[in-house]
Amino acid sequence: MKVALFATCLVDTLTPQVARATAVLLQRLGHEVVVPPTQACCGQMHVNTGYRREAVPIVANHVRAFAGAEAIVAPSGSCVASIHHQQADVARRAGEHRLADDAAELAGRTYELSQFLVDVLGVTDVGAYYPHRVTYHPTCHSLRLLRVGDRPLQLLRAVRGLELVELPGAEQCCGFGGTFAVKNADTSTAMLTDKMANVLSTHAEVCTAGDASCLLHIGGGLSRLKAGTRTVHLAEILASTEEAVTPDQTTRPAMSV
Amino acid sequence: MTAVDLGMPGLPTAPRGVGHLRGDEPFPDAARTALRNGQQRANLGHATTTIRNKRARVVAELPDWAQLREAGRALKAATMARLDDHLEELERQVTAHGGTVHWARDANEANEIVTRLVQATGATEVVKVKSMATQEIGLNEALEAAGLDVFETDLAELIVQLGEDKPSHILVPAIHKNRAEIREIFARTIPGVDPGLTDDPRQLAMAARAHLRERFLRARVAVSGANFGVAETGTLCVVESEGNGRMCLTLPDTLITVMGIEKVVPTWRDLEVFLQLLPRSSTGERMNPYTSTWAGVTPGDGPQEFHLVLLDNGRTAVLADEVGREALHCIRCSACLNVCPVYERTGGHAYGSVYPGPIGAILSPQLTGVEDNASLPYASSLCGACYDVCPVAIDIPKILVHLRGEHVEAQTRLTPEAAAFRALSAAMSRPWLWHLTQRASRLGRLLARGKPTLPRVLPPPASGWTRSRDLPTPPTSTFVESWTREHGR
Repeated sequence: MKVALFATCLVDTLTPQVARATAVLLQRLGHEVVVPPTQACCGQMHVNTGYRREAVPIVANHVRAFAGAEAIVAPSGSCVASIHHQQADVARRAGEHRLADDAAELAGRTYELSQFLVDVLGVTDVGAYYPHRVTYHPTCHSLRLLRVGDRPLQLLRAVRGLELVELPGAEQCCGFGGTFAVKNADTSTAMLTDKMANVLSTHAEVCTAGDASCLLHIGGGLSRLKAGTRTVHLAEILASTEEAVTPDQTTRPAMSV
Repeated sequence: MTAVDLGMPGLPTAPRGVGHLRGDEPFPDAARTALRNGQQRANLGHATTTIRNKRARVVAELPDWAQLREAGRALKAATMARLDDHLEELERQVTAHGGTVHWARDANEANEIVTRLVQATGATEVVKVKSMATQEIGLNEALEAAGLDVFETDLAELIVQLGEDKPSHILVPAIHKNRAEIREIFARTIPGVDPGLTDDPRQLAMAARAHLRERFLRARVAVSGANFGVAETGTLCVVESEGNGRMCLTLPDTLITVMGIEKVVPTWRDLEVFLQLLPRSSTGERMNPYTSTWAGVTPGDGPQEFHLVLLDNGRTAVLADEVGREALHCIRCSACLNVCPVYERTGGHAYGSVYPGPIGAILSPQLTGVEDNASLPYASSLCGACYDVCPVAIDIPKILVHLRGEHVEAQTRLTPEAAAFRALSAAMSRPWLWHLTQRASRLGRLLARGKPTLPRVLPPPASGWTRSRDLPTPPTSTFVESWTREHGR
């Protein structure tokens, strides 16, 4: 299958290794990966902060960038949820009915990574090898907006060498919430602290999730504490094999990927 | 005002200077203070976790919960679409059964009506059944200002009143207090209380009971709220756990009920749905211990004078918003508070309104007008736990986002935030400018000076992040850039 990869603005700019891992994984599974060079953002941050009018041109750019794609995959539950639940709405509210229709049509072909692997490709064992103790945080939008359920866990359980440990209070929000993390920094930090306490109680080496944004939050907190547990995106774990171990994510400044 | 105004478009939002819908400070500031209260956080964490788990257990028992929830949602939506008709029918039925209906445009009118009605009886004290509507309008303060003594009879509401505190939860107003704190309040404020009072819950309940019993028996006037008002039969319904409500609703000569106009349901049969949804969602019980229903007055039995005050106080204004009006479907179960990770940590006082938590964050700003509670729609990480447990399926996250939009679009001057978001919008809709912006973010590498993370001290708004979290040093190249370089266009 020819898969268009939507890196998402945050991954593309701050954690490009996550998009790279997604591409490597899909190629390894025998699919052709294309990366539309004019992609930018889904518009979620604007919508969720109240700038829904300003989100419309961002949605338009997204729809232009991915027009004609057979299937679109993003390594982010949150961005895919925004594409499914918000893009058409903000366009329609602005009177852009054509754009709204196009966005809705595109959303029907847009998948979060774990959903794409399990539901569309029908695979749970992607042939990965990752010899680490890992705990999984189900991010809120994957969990409650996309209902990805245990698909990520199915994928992780099939990874050779991976020891999966259950995260206590897993379904509680980590406190990221987009601009919430800055506008309500204290409350966000209080939520993060409790999330980190649960993560650390597992003694996992790695905390993984399907959203780089939540991992940036949890990882930023763990890094501040100089904790040994690091955050690694689900795509990076699934991309790892005996031959190609995902590079360490947080100990050195990220190099060109 | 007349009956036809209520429920019809054009009524204003809740007035300032009366009632408890507005806080003294924005949510982030109030939350900062609340988060430092370790005792409160421990109490809240314990209490919300307990109720949350109880709710999950009893909801899981019902195989048709999803259908019940959809029925509740549909009933509310249909009722709101013809609210004026249902209210007039309710008035006709209550009047036919010997009650008197009063229409209150806002908190001031409602307080005036109730004060006048109490004074007309010649009574000097009032017993109260726990009610959100009367908390919302500040009725206790209004009655006290008129020289009347007001006694809250719900145990938790009594604790709050005796402690000169404010409610912090819709269902459990004293949820922020533990039993040691409650013992201290009782020992200090209840006249003639046993000096050997311990923090044993039973002892505390008995002390409150002895204190209240005397007031029930001598009370001539009671004030209540209503969970439901059935238009078809003129029946009011109060759902409670302690029996104090039953005492207030039956013993006094005069009963005054203040009901928000959105509490009307068209038919008696509708209660079948809501009386299944409400107790399981609120206290986590299959059924609550006391459900009282009454229609008008019955000669020789119970209150001989009954007044129903129908309260608008901003509700019609909420009804005018096609997206936000769903907030009026709320049946005040408080399930959303108990699962909210923000509420669990900050408690209810931080919201500044009698309606805290997720439902408060969408209801209060709409009742007052968004600009009077502009920080509340942002007091959520949009995690969605509230929507999942709402028994009438109010899409709270969607309304939060909608109200954020209303706030942003209400600004008449360009704020620095708006300027930044506009600039970012311009960049994110033009690929060449977006790539330039991404390249500019690499200037962060200069700040990092070879370290894996950016400095902790950055100017606002980045400081909001870096005070407690590291920010990784931006990489030398974006993914799209390097991929395009490798593969061409």
